[in-house]
Amino acid sequence: MSGRKAPSLWGRFRRREEFEPDLGWVLDESRSKWMAEHTSGMTKPDPALVIKNLRRSFGGLTAVDVDHLEIQRGVITALIGPNGAGKTTFFNLLTGFDRPDSGSVLFDGHDIERMRSHVRARKGLVRTFQLTKALTKLSVLENMKLGAKGQVGEGFVRSLLPPLWRAQEKAIEKRAMELLERFSLAHMASEYAGTLSGGQRKLLEMARALMSRPAVVMLDEPVAGVNPALTQSLLEHVKELPIEGMTVIFVEHDMDVVWDISDWVVVMAEGKVIAEGLAEDIGKNQAVIDAYLGSGHGIENSEEEAV
Amino acid sequence: MTLAAIDWGFILIQTVETSLGLEAAVYALAAVGLNIHFGYAGLLNFGQVGFVAMGAYGMGLSVTLWNLNPFLAVLVGMGFATVFALILGVPTLRLRGDYLAIVTIAAAEIIRILARSTTLGDITRGAEGLHGFIGPFRELNPFDPSTEYGIGPFQVGGNQFFAIVLGWGVTAICLVLIWQLMRSPWGRVVKAIREDEDAARALGKNAYWYKLQALILGGVIGGLAGMVQAIGKATIQPDSFVPAYTFFFWTVLILGGVGRIWSPVVGAMIFWAMLTFFQGTLIALVNDGLIPTAFMDPTQVNQIRFMLVGVGLALLMVFRPQGIFGSREEMMLDVR
Repeated sequence: MSGRKAPSLWGRFRRREEFEPDLGWVLDESRSKWMAEHTSGMTKPDPALVIKNLRRSFGGLTAVDVDHLEIQRGVITALIGPNGAGKTTFFNLLTGFDRPDSGSVLFDGHDIERMRSHVRARKGLVRTFQLTKALTKLSVLENMKLGAKGQVGEGFVRSLLPPLWRAQEKAIEKRAMELLERFSLAHMASEYAGTLSGGQRKLLEMARALMSRPAVVMLDEPVAGVNPALTQSLLEHVKELPIEGMTVIFVEHDMDVVWDISDWVVVMAEGKVIAEGLAEDIGKNQAVIDAYLGSGHGIENSEEEAV
Repeated sequence: MTLAAIDWGFILIQTVETSLGLEAAVYALAAVGLNIHFGYAGLLNFGQVGFVAMGAYGMGLSVTLWNLNPFLAVLVGMGFATVFALILGVPTLRLRGDYLAIVTIAAAEIIRILARSTTLGDITRGAEGLHGFIGPFRELNPFDPSTEYGIGPFQVGGNQFFAIVLGWGVTAICLVLIWQLMRSPWGRVVKAIREDEDAARALGKNAYWYKLQALILGGVIGGLAGMVQAIGKATIQPDSFVPAYTFFFWTVLILGGVGRIWSPVVGAMIFWAMLTFFQGTLIALVNDGLIPTAFMDPTQVNQIRFMLVGVGLALLMVFRPQGIFGSREEMMLDVR
């Protein structure tokens, strides 16, 4: 962890004046007692997602092995961990792009384990990808329109009868342009998405995900490879999502980003959730320090310093 | 002996005639189907000729076996193509794209070999080919079979003219259908799946179902191509469905430019124009002694014209890889 001083809990909440995620429960006496005894798996008020005994192994390697994890609604949760910790596999399991060997995922209290990926997306669980998937030969606007759900004209027969879907198409286009405006991509609307820069593609992918008005947005490394100026604007957008009632889960390696936007941090290592807590506290957790820097690092460091 | 001695006028008339003829219409229609598969949905179908065969046999057998009226027979032909699409698509479309490619090329051969087998000889008439289904279709022919139709030097008999009009008419209807589909949200989803299936699924689109729909649609259009051919030739020959034809359809599509409405039509016209022009020219050159018979004799012309089409296609790939209608800008996006 860097020497950067983490901001205080209440200072963070004041910065977001319109919206304050309800994390006051952390200060409950019983909870803090529980937290002292456990590193992860705590229950939270109003969870959007509950993950139970989720396991996935590839041959002999156990990629994901999560006993219990709850994702609180309206909160920005960061999922961090060293390379190979199973974060992306975990994402794939939550979104149905991969099947677990066992375990279940509850979304709004319903088991979504048997749902296929596109059904989960329709239910409001929308993701982006680590390697951006801009649909290069579609225009930026078409990319956006694709994100809208419940489109009448997506049926084969109905698509042949434009009067049925023309009004809806107009409304979708209006919303798409609004979002593009917000993400500073409006001037590119009629260009092929393939002409966008890497950073712009990340913006487009996020804006496209928002077209469906999802309940949970899962961002896989949203700022990887994005230049600093664009990163800042992207992060501002992420911070606004809970204000609109969305729950955000994101995977990120850049710890400054994690501190900047997340309310809650979940740390994975070797497939397991090893710790979770407020962004401010997580850096002090011994298990996290061990996972990131190797268990013996404190001793080695002090020895080196002594020499 | 000079080049001037060659009857260029005759070669030119023949060239134009074939590029507007029955074969060109059949190839255009089959390539329209392939364009839906590959150009819009990104499906690698190397067995389009199987769909053509299914359409032809479905229609032919409906008349010879079940005495259905022509309109029902066409519906049955479309049904055959649909069933073939389901057999191919249901198990493979959940898998990566190459699985469909492998299965289609094999399945198309299975159809042909089954059709010419002695086991099914009582039904399909084996290698001899299916006849005797044309009567009901001839009755629908509004043109007089004993009169020649056409413009100027281009004249064909009434029955042939009917088949040609039918072929291009069906092609036109299919093009309008595709034009509407591809500017609708349905087309947007299909194109998105071509670009990245996972992205489409992450946005709530049932990629599998859309791919299956596209496979069926393109397959049924391929089936219509088979029916037009059967009506035009009054016979269905199993060996007119060899795998080579699938690759001619691909040639047509690539010549025109993948994923464009007009490309199969223009591609088919150019393909047949090239074949006829090369044939006419080569035969004239051999006959005039400008090409020594030691190098090439008239019987070899038929093969060599395909080689020349291949050279033409290779040159196209070098100088205009996007095809005639394709957009270079769009193609270059893949390279970025």
